[in-house]
Amino acid sequence: MTRLDELLAYEVVEGLTEGQFTAEDYVTTILKRIEKVEPKVHSFITLDTDGALSSAKIIDKKLKEKEAIGQLAGVIVGIKDNISTQGIRTTCASKILENYVPTYDATVIKSLKESGAILLGKLNLDEFGMGSTTEYSRYQPTRNPWNLDCVPGGSSGGSGAAVAAGECTIALGSDTGGSIRCPSSFCSVIGLKPTYGRVSRYGLISYANSLEQIGPICRSVRDLVIMLNIISGKDTFDNTSMPSNPISIPKRLNKLNVGIIKELITGSDQEVTKSVYFASEKFKEIGCPCEEVSIKNLHYALPSYYTLASAEASSNLARYDNLRYGFDYSIGEYKWDTYFSNVRENFGEEVKRRILIGSYVLSSGYYGKYYLKARRLRSLLRLELLELFKKYDLLIGPTMPILPFKFGEKIDDPIKMYLVDINTVIANLAGIPAISLPIGFSNGLPIGLQLMAAPFGEQKLIDASYELEKIINIPRRPNSI
Amino acid sequence: MSMVMIGLEIHAQITALNSKLFCSCRGNYRDLRPNSNICEICCGLPGSLPIINQKAIEYSTMMSIALGCKVPDKIMFYRKNYFYPDLPKNFQITQYNVYGISSIGIEGKYELDEVKQIRISRIQLEEDPGRIAYSEGGMNVRNTALIDYNRAGVALIEIVTEPDFTGPKEVRHFLNKLSLTLEHLDVCDTLLEGSVRCDVNVSMNGGNKVEIKNINSFKEVEKAINYEITRQSNVYGRNLKIEHETRHWDDKKKITFKARSKEEEHDYRYFPEPDIPVIVLGSNFVANLKQRMPELPNERFERFRLKYQLSDHTSNILINDKKLADFFESTLKLHFSPVEIANILVTEFKSLIEDDTEGRDYLKNLKVKPEHIAELVKLIEGNKISRTTAKDILVKIFESGELPTEVVNSSNSFKITDEKTIMDAVHSVFDNEKSAVEDAKKNREAINFLLGKVMKFTNGRADAKIAMRLINSKLNE
Repeated sequence: MTRLDELLAYEVVEGLTEGQFTAEDYVTTILKRIEKVEPKVHSFITLDTDGALSSAKIIDKKLKEKEAIGQLAGVIVGIKDNISTQGIRTTCASKILENYVPTYDATVIKSLKESGAILLGKLNLDEFGMGSTTEYSRYQPTRNPWNLDCVPGGSSGGSGAAVAAGECTIALGSDTGGSIRCPSSFCSVIGLKPTYGRVSRYGLISYANSLEQIGPICRSVRDLVIMLNIISGKDTFDNTSMPSNPISIPKRLNKLNVGIIKELITGSDQEVTKSVYFASEKFKEIGCPCEEVSIKNLHYALPSYYTLASAEASSNLARYDNLRYGFDYSIGEYKWDTYFSNVRENFGEEVKRRILIGSYVLSSGYYGKYYLKARRLRSLLRLELLELFKKYDLLIGPTMPILPFKFGEKIDDPIKMYLVDINTVIANLAGIPAISLPIGFSNGLPIGLQLMAAPFGEQKLIDASYELEKIINIPRRPNSI
Repeated sequence: MSMVMIGLEIHAQITALNSKLFCSCRGNYRDLRPNSNICEICCGLPGSLPIINQKAIEYSTMMSIALGCKVPDKIMFYRKNYFYPDLPKNFQITQYNVYGISSIGIEGKYELDEVKQIRISRIQLEEDPGRIAYSEGGMNVRNTALIDYNRAGVALIEIVTEPDFTGPKEVRHFLNKLSLTLEHLDVCDTLLEGSVRCDVNVSMNGGNKVEIKNINSFKEVEKAINYEITRQSNVYGRNLKIEHETRHWDDKKKITFKARSKEEEHDYRYFPEPDIPVIVLGSNFVANLKQRMPELPNERFERFRLKYQLSDHTSNILINDKKLADFFESTLKLHFSPVEIANILVTEFKSLIEDDTEGRDYLKNLKVKPEHIAELVKLIEGNKISRTTAKDILVKIFESGELPTEVVNSSNSFKITDEKTIMDAVHSVFDNEKSAVEDAKKNREAINFLLGKVMKFTNGRADAKIAMRLINSKLNE
């Protein structure tokens, strides 16, 4: 029998319903697992052990009394620490929110609680989601469970690593420019950035509002579907959310036309490229024709992304002035002219960099030159992609152009760091759904395949991922920990 | 003679709303314990998002229509970024027209009177910040300030005019009419403390304009402008230049003073609010709203004149006091006699209350209701009581709240139409006022004196027409 701490979410619910084990057994097992691997991986910023155990007891009581339990009853969900949880500290991995305890639950947290999920704690990230390695966490970096010398990706690195290391059944991440898919690729798990508007952002601490979405990180496509359906839907608290149809596990696969994005292949490491071609063979095996396509406006994606994301961030992060909440600050004086700049010294370097860039591109005289131009390029790219989706059901390529790399390798050069996001920012700029699926390994380091579809085309992503998952055998549990 | 140009920037809270602009906290924040009317949205807690109040869009559209503005098919919100402790997000959600039209009203024209027109640059919808309370003596004495966010997020309509005013009188006239419009559309109760504020731009002789901020009531605006014109004249008189600057109005000392220079050099870094998608109003929105919206003051004025045949003067008094005009029309529903009712309301009725109620909502606590006035007028018109009696009854019912008929019955003050009773009174007056009778025989105008005496003799109850006829016939005997 599979070890308890290796169960998938739907297996946990089955096991509990059939009385094979109790929710308390399961939580205890996971806590032991955490005790063992957490000192190596550092996925969590905050653990709520007591809360998890008492939620487990409630579920056990319900089971005993034959009451209905939710779709995710007993499943342990880790939450990226930029999603608001009532009564549980939410830091965004920033020192500036070190003591911030939200007074409300994000809409996705409410949905999870209603479905019986057990929230175990808050997972690490790059400060405010700005980064691709978790090295910008103001607490400590998370390590890649497949190779502890390597970064787990980011910014949802804690979520990717925790799921891969078996520290939780599934996790929630957020994705502004690849922050779910990058760690999913680097940690060999499945991560989805939903269509912009499918999942409520209410309670997600904004980095760049027009680009980001909350999404699931899981070890199986089936888990991902369950989770996605629970968190999707129109929310009156988010003006940008929209109603959507639930996703189902496919009975059989209809033929899908697949386009392989040429520019993303040529720009990648050889090992990564090889895996994409391997994937295209597998697509042909399941009856889906593949051909290469080109995205003309692709070279505009990164500049457009960093301009818009920084602009929005500079405004979103203005509220952190420590007047109402934040951190312990004994400045001794509150001088009008210096207070704001003194207190905001407490942001990390990367965050400061993006606030500066953002303030610059929005300042009068530069708005038209940078911000407005970036918006135009964004719509150009979106239009081009929508046109491509008339012909192709899916556009694929590597999630990340390179393999997981060592700590410190890119942190000194922000431009080098920004460049690794080239494959993922496309979906955020266009507002389309994209999934990262484990496709193989090179020297023990995971490689992810990215699939993109038209807006609200999640069903097609799931259809293909479900088939590929069946025929591509990927080891689930890293041996290094 | 120097040329003065004045422009206004008016902020009016939409006090009619139950909730704030972007959350469900109460719109009426007044008289609440500090920081008790707040939630994660109006406090800008991380992760919270604004939800737009649809009613606020309707109210601001009505104001745009009333001020002759165009209302675009689509509107948007922008972020205005600046750091200030009363601003929970350190940006204000507002509207902005530099990168294309986004605000609810533009290019308005408002007829101030037959000759003067004021151009409205734009009308926009935005959120109010919280309030900073300095400890006694202000910041200079103690180093502390308290912040109350109860007001943060309340819906504001900003009205910006072109610099079309040439003096404080025009400004006062405009602000009076604007107040009436706000009241008639039920957008803003302008009498509530802080519900309307005004910034003023003043420039003279084509020189630099000076912006005066912090004028917290329409009444102070005229004073601030007068002060500023005098100040600027003095500066020009000494052959100095006026700086382009921001000044604050000190309503205790009644002077303007220069703001800290830093406050002027803002770059607000406007950009479209990503959390509120473009709002498409649709082509029928304005047309539908026009049909549903309450009557504007000038429309009502015309209706009073034409439908009710009231004089300009009477109509004006009623329109300028919306609640009295409403009272008038409620009375009409009970008894349709517009001229009589209007006359009573603008004269006797108003004279009984005006002393101690400066514009307050005095009608609400009054014992006299439209029922009373309707009945009173019926009694007059039915020839049951004299006008003199009517005045006395009005005084009585103001105090007691009794219905006029009750008063008339209990005090036996019906009009006397019995000729014999009146003739007795005439006899009596003729006996007592012999010299006046002689006068009246020569000078017909002295008859009124005799009539007055007869009325007095009957406690004002005699039918004046009958009394007059009897006096005349007795004089001719």
